[in-house]
Amino acid sequence: MTAYILRRLAQSVPTLFIVVTLSFFLVRLAPGGPFDLERPLPAAAMENLRRVYGLDQPLLVQYGRYLAALARGDLGPSFSVRDLSVAELFARGLPVSMTLGGLALLVALVLGTGLGALSALRRGAWLDHAVTTLGTFALTVPGFVVAPLLQIAFGLSLRWLPVGGWDDGAPRNLVLPVVTLALPQVAVIARLARAGLVEVFDRPHWRTLRGLGLPPRILALHAVRGAALPVVSYLGPAAAGLLTGSVVVETVFGLPGVGRYFVDGAINRDYTLVLGTVVLIAVFVLVLNLVADLACALIDPRLREFG
Amino acid sequence: MSLLSLRGLTVRYPQAGVTALDGLDLDLARGETLALVGESGSGKSQVALAAMGLLPPQARVSGSVRFDGTELTALDRPALDRIRGARIGLVFQEPMTALDPLFTVGHQIALPLRAHRSFSRRRAGARARELMDLVGIRDAASRLSAYPHELSGGERQRVMIAMALACEPDLLIADEPTTALDVTVQAQILALLADLKDRLGLALLFITHDLRLVRRIAERTAVLRAGRLVETGPTARLFRDPQAPETRDLLAAEPTGRKAPVPASAPVVLEARGVSVAYPGPRRWLRAGPPRLAVEGVDLTLRAGQTIGVVGESGSGKSSLGRALLRLEPAAHGLVRFEDRDLTALDRTALRPLRRGFQPVFQDPMGSLSPRLTAGEIVAEGLRVHAPRLDAAARDARAAEAFREVRLDPASRHRFPHAFSGGQRQRLAIARAMILRPRLVVLDEPTSALDRTVQRDIVALLRDLQAAHGLAYVFISHDLAVVRALSDTVLVLRNGREVERGPTDQVLERPREAYTRALVAAAGLEGGLAQA
Repeated sequence: MTAYILRRLAQSVPTLFIVVTLSFFLVRLAPGGPFDLERPLPAAAMENLRRVYGLDQPLLVQYGRYLAALARGDLGPSFSVRDLSVAELFARGLPVSMTLGGLALLVALVLGTGLGALSALRRGAWLDHAVTTLGTFALTVPGFVVAPLLQIAFGLSLRWLPVGGWDDGAPRNLVLPVVTLALPQVAVIARLARAGLVEVFDRPHWRTLRGLGLPPRILALHAVRGAALPVVSYLGPAAAGLLTGSVVVETVFGLPGVGRYFVDGAINRDYTLVLGTVVLIAVFVLVLNLVADLACALIDPRLREFG
Repeated sequence: MSLLSLRGLTVRYPQAGVTALDGLDLDLARGETLALVGESGSGKSQVALAAMGLLPPQARVSGSVRFDGTELTALDRPALDRIRGARIGLVFQEPMTALDPLFTVGHQIALPLRAHRSFSRRRAGARARELMDLVGIRDAASRLSAYPHELSGGERQRVMIAMALACEPDLLIADEPTTALDVTVQAQILALLADLKDRLGLALLFITHDLRLVRRIAERTAVLRAGRLVETGPTARLFRDPQAPETRDLLAAEPTGRKAPVPASAPVVLEARGVSVAYPGPRRWLRAGPPRLAVEGVDLTLRAGQTIGVVGESGSGKSSLGRALLRLEPAAHGLVRFEDRDLTALDRTALRPLRRGFQPVFQDPMGSLSPRLTAGEIVAEGLRVHAPRLDAAARDARAAEAFREVRLDPASRHRFPHAFSGGQRQRLAIARAMILRPRLVVLDEPTSALDRTVQRDIVALLRDLQAAHGLAYVFISHDLAVVRALSDTVLVLRNGREVERGPTDQVLERPREAYTRALVAAAGLEGGLAQA
């Protein structure tokens, strides 16, 4: 088991390398540079800046230097936010994004599995159809539509909640962004949970268990464990996406998370910030997928032959 | 007073317009064994499900099911749950899927004890171990922590029985408890059920399609057809003097007759020397493990008009051998000669024109027919490769002819496979081979998924085709009764090696090897066994 984890972690090094390499050259393909302003800098100042940040070197040298720094865990200085390193930017933004994402994940898990279970138990009834219809709605209406509607309803009309801002993570400020983030996830998880449960109910072993006259408590244990696999395997990548922040939600609600760095960095040609965000997301995806795989093996003994 | 009493039990599926059970009356006394016999679709499994309240929600039930004076159909779920699993135990067919794959065997056996007897985890565990001993699972202590996929089919079925017996029920309902198992394992499970019944004073409702099992276990037998009870009576009397035509039909469905011998001068069609199949072993890190031999050094010679029956239990290498003879098995070694050509040396392209002469018919008729082609297209498909000059109309005409040859209505060739019954699908698979006019057909369990009465017709069809065209058959089956009816010689395989071979009568009636004797005894063949 430990050997398996170590091997998986070792396998993720080449993956990370490929991701970083592709991203490094892709961002450089975009025209312009980090210090191109509407009014061009004097040539001497430009030259100076480029030398300070190592941009005067050949591209391959820059690439080598970046990899060497990355191997030491150094994500480099930000080009657009003066005096701050990429790591420092993450240190400020990650707590915000992870708070929002973590809460959204929790809400989605509780609501999603609950609705999915209700739906599966009342297969074909109006409740089942209602959950499916609402789920489709939640999945298809994008966040940049949901968020302003929530702001108008609960912020401007009812005046129950602030329309935006972080305010050191005050609970009132968290509600609307978390709801926006959780909504589509609730729909996906409800759908997966329903499908998983329905599959368990159709299996021959379910008939065996019912034929034993077991109480609902024990039946529920067997049903939940049987239906958990698709939900858990989805949670890996979903958690990675939620915890690394959302551009839309952070922009609409004016929150200082890391989700915006990706877009801001790309627009400003802040090479190190873009690459740092890529590394951050890739690491989250790799680690959380590994966690999800281990959880699946814990649930299903047939997956335990770690080959 | 009878323990279980059904009166006018009717199960309907209004949405599908099906009446699965129609006014069934049946009684089972304490300690008695009653066999409920019928072919697929006769409604026999519905009886078990209706009694246990396990029918799907679409089903409409009327009539009465009384168990020890309690009307089961009137009970609410908690009241029913106090009876099922506690006073009525249930054993299902599918030993592969009837246990929850995610929980240990020990946990599952303990479930009814913890639910009905409020046993502590510790006490339930100790009782689970006793139960494992009772149902004859060796090394019970370590098997308790095993998961279902780590057990053999026979062991899983024993675990099912242990679960059903955990709370010492008065009645055990066993629905095809041995159907998916090898014959020798089947015999062990039957012996176990009979023994447990005597020791524990159980009443047993034994549901099966296989009349041969009935005679060994049941005092009384009830025959079901299309949801109605056609006959019920003491088993011995029912076999000796069946009253209803349906019962007579079922009894006559045992494949009978023997293969007529072929003159020694008939030309040799197939000759195989030292055929082996070696699959690569499980991968260890990056190296391949030691290879696993599925077939080891099998020789055989087959003349035109002859049939060799290849028998053995699952995993004995029968199917691998069949694929090796057809050159469909890339892992095969050894010499295979078809008529005057050595197939061993030929590559795919060189083999293709020859393939017309040796055709396969596979087991699972549903899985081996493409669901997206019409039956006629499936049957005629081989002509596209082997007679490319024929146009669509000519192919269709040949298909119609092949349909007639396997006694299917040629008009049905425009329908899709799912519209055919199991027996008809098997006929399609045979027609698909026959349309190419082969000289050799390798039949891999062609009758195993079929009811006995349908099996009888397929056996007759295979016989007629062989006589009409001088076909040579390699007939692979675990069913000794069918093999006996069709084969000149029998080859017994175990773990990929030949155990015994010889003329059919000799091998099946005077087997030399202990393994063959066990197979024959477990199969409970009529005639041969009675004389022995």
